[in-house]
Amino acid sequence: MTLFAIFAIAILALLFGALLGFAGIRFKVEGDPIVEQIDELLPQTQCGQCGYPGCKPYAEAIANGEEINKCPPGGDATIKNIANLLGVEAKPLNEAHGEADVKKVAYIREDECIGCTKCIQACPVDAIVGATRQMHTVIIDECTGCDLCVAPCPVDCIDMVPVKEDSKHWRWQLDSIPVKQVK
Amino acid sequence: MNSIIDRIKQNRLWDFAGGVHPKQFKSLSNKHEIAEVGLPETLYIPLKQHIGVEGKLNVGVGDKVLKGQALTHSTNPFAVPIHASTSGEIVAIDEHVSAHPSGKPETTVILKPDGLEKWCDLSPLSDYQTLPKATVVEHLCNAGISGMGGAGFPTHIKVGSEKPIHYLVINGIECEPYITSDDRLMREHAWQVRQGIDVLMHLLQPEFAIIAIEDNKPEAIQAMQVACQDADNYLVTSVPTKYPAGGEKQLIEVLTGQQIPKDKHPIDVGIVMQNVGTCFAIADAVFAGKPLIQRVVTLTGKALKAPQNVWGLIGTPISHLLEVAQYQAKKQKAPRVIIGGPMMGFTAASTKVPIVKISNCLLVPANKELPLPQDEMPCIRCGACADACPAGLLPQQLYWHAKSGELEKAQAFNLADCIECGACAFVCPSNIPLVHYYRTAKADIKIAQEEKEKSDRSKARFNARQERLEREKQEREEKRLQSAKAREQAKAAREARNQTQEVDNASQEASPQSAPVENKSDKVAAAIARAKAKKAAKNAQDDAPATNSSEKTDDNRAKESAGKSTPEPTTGQSKDERVAAAIARAKAKKAAQNAQDDAPATNSSEKTDDNRANESAGKSTPEPTTGQSKDERVAAAIARAKARKLEKEQAAKEDANKLTAETASVKEKPAPKTEVTASQETPVKDASTPKVTQKPSANETEEERQKRVAAAVAKAKARKAERDKAKAQQEHQNNSSNSGEH
Repeated sequence: MTLFAIFAIAILALLFGALLGFAGIRFKVEGDPIVEQIDELLPQTQCGQCGYPGCKPYAEAIANGEEINKCPPGGDATIKNIANLLGVEAKPLNEAHGEADVKKVAYIREDECIGCTKCIQACPVDAIVGATRQMHTVIIDECTGCDLCVAPCPVDCIDMVPVKEDSKHWRWQLDSIPVKQVK
Repeated sequence: MNSIIDRIKQNRLWDFAGGVHPKQFKSLSNKHEIAEVGLPETLYIPLKQHIGVEGKLNVGVGDKVLKGQALTHSTNPFAVPIHASTSGEIVAIDEHVSAHPSGKPETTVILKPDGLEKWCDLSPLSDYQTLPKATVVEHLCNAGISGMGGAGFPTHIKVGSEKPIHYLVINGIECEPYITSDDRLMREHAWQVRQGIDVLMHLLQPEFAIIAIEDNKPEAIQAMQVACQDADNYLVTSVPTKYPAGGEKQLIEVLTGQQIPKDKHPIDVGIVMQNVGTCFAIADAVFAGKPLIQRVVTLTGKALKAPQNVWGLIGTPISHLLEVAQYQAKKQKAPRVIIGGPMMGFTAASTKVPIVKISNCLLVPANKELPLPQDEMPCIRCGACADACPAGLLPQQLYWHAKSGELEKAQAFNLADCIECGACAFVCPSNIPLVHYYRTAKADIKIAQEEKEKSDRSKARFNARQERLEREKQEREEKRLQSAKAREQAKAAREARNQTQEVDNASQEASPQSAPVENKSDKVAAAIARAKAKKAAKNAQDDAPATNSSEKTDDNRAKESAGKSTPEPTTGQSKDERVAAAIARAKAKKAAQNAQDDAPATNSSEKTDDNRANESAGKSTPEPTTGQSKDERVAAAIARAKARKLEKEQAAKEDANKLTAETASVKEKPAPKTEVTASQETPVKDASTPKVTQKPSANETEEERQKRVAAAVAKAKARKAERDKAKAQQEHQNNSSNSGEH
């Protein structure tokens, strides 16, 4: 009787072992899906303000236990989303990495540009066009406002200009309709 | 299908859930005929007055335009052109306060009327029935017609659809209180509205046209019935008054009992809806050729002494219309003009706001006539808003989620289906401006979506860039490996040279062959050989300081390698070795360089070199076995040196010996220079590009440029100093903070 029990347990163990082994191969997950999910939530400005060379590396760091409040461009909304995803508590933005600011894009004062291509090399999303000794300019639609081109410019001809709000992107702020004197 | 028509004929209509019955106040403005108003001093015609994108400008500042002349043209299916509302001069094209709740400035053509009202050439399409459908649709687009009911959807897109249409619904409901523009239009211009319907019937080929008019406009119903009495499939229907029966989906439900599914359009169920004002404009465009340059505007409210309907030119600032209607400022505590009706309208940002294609009403309420926004009270969960919602939503839930910024949850409660009719806010006992919350949330959702799209795009661009950088790095690495390999080979060649001396003999054989060949490529090859030789000589000079000039050593070497000078120089074998090594090095460098930039000239010269080497070696071995090729190379080098000597000799015939030496050195100099600098590709480009590109284009002189560069340098220096300073400060701070921590 005891022998039979041992035998039965052994058979069962083998069966489940095989099943688990099969499942392990069949449902193997390539890479870390959580990294992808976090990366999706990050604003993809690739600005490096978090201290990592891009959004993906920061996503990886978060997956490995890094603080979630180091992304100033994403601001509180991103922190909240990541907190929801990871089931951790949302923290206020770590001011050491910069403050959440209005959306900006880079603007090159073109007559001052000497065409050194330094900003082109710095741009993480290839949003600056130009060539050596040719005037450069920013593709505003592609600019993420990461600020990375400002520092390398030897003649300081790059400004970060706040994005102008038009009627299409108006947020319907309550009580902000300006009422003027009717003559 | 027919049961729907039967029911409409018997006036047994359906009903939609919710809705409210606000006081009408229509009699305020519907008693007078639509009046013509004089020209304003200035017209402000915004480029974009519809849903979609703005067209491309046809005109510039200072242009004289005629009435009806197109100011923009359509470049995109969603672009609708705008037209000059009267003849005059364009004084500016600038940002101007928009007829939008935000009042944010938009690009506007500012037109100064000349008072002549001179029309441009009009091209009516009276024979539209014989023309292809696309022509008529294009004509409507060029006439600048977009929906005049409120949303401003481009009409040519609606009527250009190929989907089968059962019903064409003409919306004459005008359910908003106060507004009577469609009412007056139908009463006075029923026949032209009917003509517009005819055009739509021709374009869409529906089975029936249903003209729906709210039962508070009996005169309009009668007028339309008279206008449509000869057509069997034109049904003029009276619809019970209820707000918002004029909503597209609501009216379809009233008429057909069908609910348009979420995310679908009426066209998906075979229904197209057009406003009566749009029909009038279509008739104008097709039969008179007139583009959409004016519309009926209701001027109403108790703060106006003469409320009425007027023909407002597109672009008329509202201040002009207020004057016409005799605005009484003392009846308002605070100036307040509402564009649109009291339910869905918005307060105008300024009296300079122009009338656009969708502005149907200016409401100027007196004190107490319309309640000003009152203090918002807490939601008491009474549920009145849910009862009133015509879209079947849960306004309360939407309110909570919108207020707390839970956009996803708000979306889950179908926020996107809210038509912003304002019925919920109208019934709310707590005076909560519910629609404002929804609009805010909708705008936030839209912006979040756009940001998401943008972040996806920048992510893709970032990844593409990373890939590119990685690829470039690999390419560089490969090149490095290649050049290392070439160096190795050259080293082997040198060793081979030491072992074998027969090569010299072989080259002797070859010399008569290469001597007569005096073409350009030979010269190039000779120049290269010279450069190499010079470099080698330089190396040799270090060892043998006794030799006077590099030229001399060159000569020596050439003689020696040609095998003509039998006595060996003092340095002998070791020098030979060094020379060979130098040649090999130069070659390796050149090979690397060739791999970098595919300058065809050097390539060809290299080729000819090789060919010549093959020839001169006299062995004609196509197979590049390693030992052989080394020999060949050495032979080639020698041959080149010979060629150089030959050239020199020729030159010597012409000029004195001294001169020869000079010219040779002059000729030689640029060659080694490029050899040295070519390895640093970019600086060479730097030096060459400005000459090529700037000279023809820029008028600036060299001086100016230098000045600019100097300024830039100065700036850079200043910046560097600043940065250094900042760095020092930071370091200092860091140190202090570190010490503070520990």
